[in-house]
Amino acid sequence: MIPATFAYERASTVDEALSLLMEDGADAKLIAGGQSLLPLMKLRLARPDRLIDIGRIESLRGVRQTSDGRLAIGALTTYAQLLDEPTIMGLALMADALPRIADVQVRNRGTIGGAIAHADPAADMPAVLLALEAEVVARSAHHGERTIPIGEFFDGAFSTALAPDELLTEIRVPAPSGSYGSAYRMLEQPASGFAIAGVAAVIGQTGGSSRDAEIDDVRVAVTGVGEKPFRATSVEDALRGTKLGSAAIGAAVASICDGVSVQSDIHADRTYRSAMAVVMAKRALESARERLFE
Amino acid sequence: MTTEAIPEGFVGQPVKRTEDRRLITGKGRYLDDIQMPGLAYMAILRSPYAHANIKSIDIEVAKSMPGVLDVLVGADVPYNPLPMAWPAGGSAGIQNNVSTPRALATDAVKWNGEGVAAVIADSPEQAADAVEAILVDWEPLPAVVDAEKATQPGAPQLHSTAPNNVVFEWSVGDKGGTAAAIDAAEVVVKQRLVNQRLIPNPMETRGDIGMYNPGTDEYTIWMSSQTPHIQRLLLAAFVMGIPEHKIRCISPDIGGAFGSKIFTYADMPLALLASKRLNGRPVKWVEGRRENYQSTIHGRDHITYLEIAGKRDGTIDAVRVKTYANLGGRLSTIGPGIPTTLYARVLSGCYKIPNVYAEVVGVYTNTTFVDAYRGAGRPEATYVIERAMDLFAAEIGMDRAEIRRRNFIPPDAFPYENPSGLGTASGGAKIYIDSGNYEPALDKALATAGYANLAKSKEEARKRGKYLGMGLSTYIEVCGVAPSKWIGAVGEGWGAAMWESANIRVHLTGKVVATVGTQPQGQGHETTYAQVVADELGVPMEDVIVQHSDTQGTPFGYGSYGSRTSSVGMTAAIKAAGKIKDKARRYAAHMLEASVEDIEVNGADYFVKGSPEKKKTIQEIAFALDLAFDAPEGMEPYLDETAYHDTPNCTWPFGTHIAIVEIDEATGEVDLLRYIAVDDVGRKINPLIVDGQLHGGIAQGVGQALWEAAIYSDDGTLQSGSMLDYALPRAEWLPAFELDETVTPSPVNPLGVKGVGEAGAIASTAAVANAVNDALAPFGIRHLDMPLSAARIWAAMQAAGSGTSGSNGSNGSNGKEAQA
Repeated sequence: MIPATFAYERASTVDEALSLLMEDGADAKLIAGGQSLLPLMKLRLARPDRLIDIGRIESLRGVRQTSDGRLAIGALTTYAQLLDEPTIMGLALMADALPRIADVQVRNRGTIGGAIAHADPAADMPAVLLALEAEVVARSAHHGERTIPIGEFFDGAFSTALAPDELLTEIRVPAPSGSYGSAYRMLEQPASGFAIAGVAAVIGQTGGSSRDAEIDDVRVAVTGVGEKPFRATSVEDALRGTKLGSAAIGAAVASICDGVSVQSDIHADRTYRSAMAVVMAKRALESARERLFE
Repeated sequence: MTTEAIPEGFVGQPVKRTEDRRLITGKGRYLDDIQMPGLAYMAILRSPYAHANIKSIDIEVAKSMPGVLDVLVGADVPYNPLPMAWPAGGSAGIQNNVSTPRALATDAVKWNGEGVAAVIADSPEQAADAVEAILVDWEPLPAVVDAEKATQPGAPQLHSTAPNNVVFEWSVGDKGGTAAAIDAAEVVVKQRLVNQRLIPNPMETRGDIGMYNPGTDEYTIWMSSQTPHIQRLLLAAFVMGIPEHKIRCISPDIGGAFGSKIFTYADMPLALLASKRLNGRPVKWVEGRRENYQSTIHGRDHITYLEIAGKRDGTIDAVRVKTYANLGGRLSTIGPGIPTTLYARVLSGCYKIPNVYAEVVGVYTNTTFVDAYRGAGRPEATYVIERAMDLFAAEIGMDRAEIRRRNFIPPDAFPYENPSGLGTASGGAKIYIDSGNYEPALDKALATAGYANLAKSKEEARKRGKYLGMGLSTYIEVCGVAPSKWIGAVGEGWGAAMWESANIRVHLTGKVVATVGTQPQGQGHETTYAQVVADELGVPMEDVIVQHSDTQGTPFGYGSYGSRTSSVGMTAAIKAAGKIKDKARRYAAHMLEASVEDIEVNGADYFVKGSPEKKKTIQEIAFALDLAFDAPEGMEPYLDETAYHDTPNCTWPFGTHIAIVEIDEATGEVDLLRYIAVDDVGRKINPLIVDGQLHGGIAQGVGQALWEAAIYSDDGTLQSGSMLDYALPRAEWLPAFELDETVTPSPVNPLGVKGVGEAGAIASTAAVANAVNDALAPFGIRHLDMPLSAARIWAAMQAAGSGTSGSNGSNGSNGKEAQA
């Protein structure tokens, strides 16, 4: 439980962090809250030569509303801060997911940017952000700022579209127009608290809420099941344009793992994990529907 | 004499724990808190393989690394293999094929985590780095991790001295009589039961600081141990071959143990040897959590073939088991004693079952060694018999409470000798179940749980997509181990006594120091001993300090485990207090110029019969006896008395626990809705501490039923190697426990206490497992093995079908059909 030797530098600005990242030679790793990276280092499963601590770059912390109405979440915003943020907690699926992430100590230190940059395939935030169709803002010293749609962000387990010289600065959540309901449901692996299967659902009626009208926006995102979090497009396609009746949901979610390489471990084999993805999808969609019509 | 109300004593009061201020404000002193000048740090290289030969070890690079002071391999350690102190059957003719660990493995390793080399360095970081630089040339060998498979032909062999990996084949009970009863029975129910392997998980992992004094040729070791006195004896006489008085063992604050810190571990002599090689620099070793999972003992791990036989009226005539007990790659200190004496001999529980026969095969596998974990044998026995009662009741269609009631040992049958012969030392010493009255606890628990409304609750749950189940566990356990004539006799015992000791001194100022041989590890002994001693001497509780844990300055004691401290240790303290009072009375007589016979004692007051104004207090007597200028001829100064207590019998707590669960039919998740526990632990010294022990024990037992499992891959890699994969119970998963009591004082000791350290863990596993299996009855599921994880339950429900198919499904290959 003792990490291998590493060098440590603290950046006080984004530019300083980016220039430290450019220094060549050493295998550098950014550290924010450290809630995923430090345990891996203590087990010597991660052995970076250099840690660049971005934890005190205040400009990366907090939630603001952009001029076009989007929520911009600073990469260093902790789960605890998000839990205190009415705009975030107003998103029902965030309110479902955030209180169940880890424990108080981890939520006080762990950051949303760190979580998605770490890209644990069973973490909650990736599914939530996929369903919200968020964007990830990244900066590098050479190439400046770019925006990555969240759907293109996760490459695989613990692997993202971020380049080695890039720093994730912000996550932007679009403001929906129309009426929306959302929910996040997950079955917890009892030891780790990570998802055996977690499903985030966002459904909307762009013309305004009506029980008699069809649902024209359906987004279903899944974590814990595949090699990386994913959008269940077959489920979305099957439900788009329906009134999201229980029978329709039941029929649609059956295909949620189609084409997915479902993971297996000592806690859940492929059969169980696939079945739980179906159950969680059903529960998330039904809850989202209830909330839409509330 | 005036008739003043006798002030209420401390015993029986829910006094807050005096040690808690220290422990919860970070002022405790655990092993890793200890710093000293020149401290060096040891790290141990552990085998990545479950089974391998060591062809060579290259330590040259490691030796040359920064800060490295020494590197040890097996050949450098001149000590004997670790002792094994409790062979199955003792020397009563049972062959035990013994292999115990060396301080470091020499030619082969037998489990993933066995120690191979040690680095001592100036800092823990340097030691950890150098361990990685040691190069071992391994020859991996095939491994086996399942005890039943290990005994089968063609299984990988661990030790040339143990054919078919068998440590021992031991049995107890009437084989012929039991067979005849089963053959003649109206109903026989069979079931294969797996009691899965667990990891004890104390909050504080283990550790040692070894220090050699080159000036005196003496050794001191600070150790996170439940048994400093036993460790001094074993390290001196059986491992290191040095005189016992040349070793001092000190246990600082212990952050939980649950049995795992009873034993002699390889790191202990290694830390001492390392210090000697460094000419006396102290050497600290502290286990990481992952290391704890791999190299401190595990618990349970039984595979049992059960047969229970009886009549359709619910009378149980016979129980027969064959149990494969997985003991790991080498034997831990008392490993073989757990599945034999502490399991099979209490298999019939609180029931009067005329025929019991148990066969136990102890087995080597390529896994971490297995030894006592909270309850040690008794939870395994309780699980078997309590599942058996439910299975039999289901087979004959009888109510589960009724079948228990019908087979309870009746209150007039005590003292009761059970048919698996509780103790048959070769000298003939036996122990008996001394007392009990089991129905009142059952009735109380049933009433609290609303047993009569069970069917209605089940229906109501079905409407919500849930399956509700209720489980009973009417347990007894054996505590307060143990009479020396039994445990120490050649034969069944472990060849050592198990008395306890206490010394009490009343100092000049009237302040009292009680020094005891038992060893707390979180139980609150500093509080409960003080309550007892304060009452005995009539002094305020805050005037009593309780000392323990250092072999220099405390009388020898066998330590704390087996729920023995209150029954055995505190009786020694009462005896010592009695000696103090006798002497004080004699001196009071001298001071008051009365005859000893005329001195009466009330609390702290010693007065002349009929003249209560003529009195001396214990404080005045202590003062005078310290100064001693006026002592009568022949009286020694000072109030300082030591007593030893050998218990005449063990104690027998009992009770009824009831769990109510709901299963989510879509996910298989179990929600523990209510937990009712009616326990009879005898008289309570401190009800607050009793409740705490029950809460923790129940939670641990629920953990086994629902979540915990140490899992090895077929090649012997520990897959549940950290808390990311080993699920400990969390407070939020548990309901508020509904505790109640009956109080039957134990006749064994003056306090009337029985012990409570293990009761919760012994009872709760079976209660929850029975509840889950009850909930699954509509699926025709008769038995599922633990842990009753959501995935396992869901798979069983899927296999069983709609929930009305009535299949006789057990889980997978484990099924053994009932036969009428």
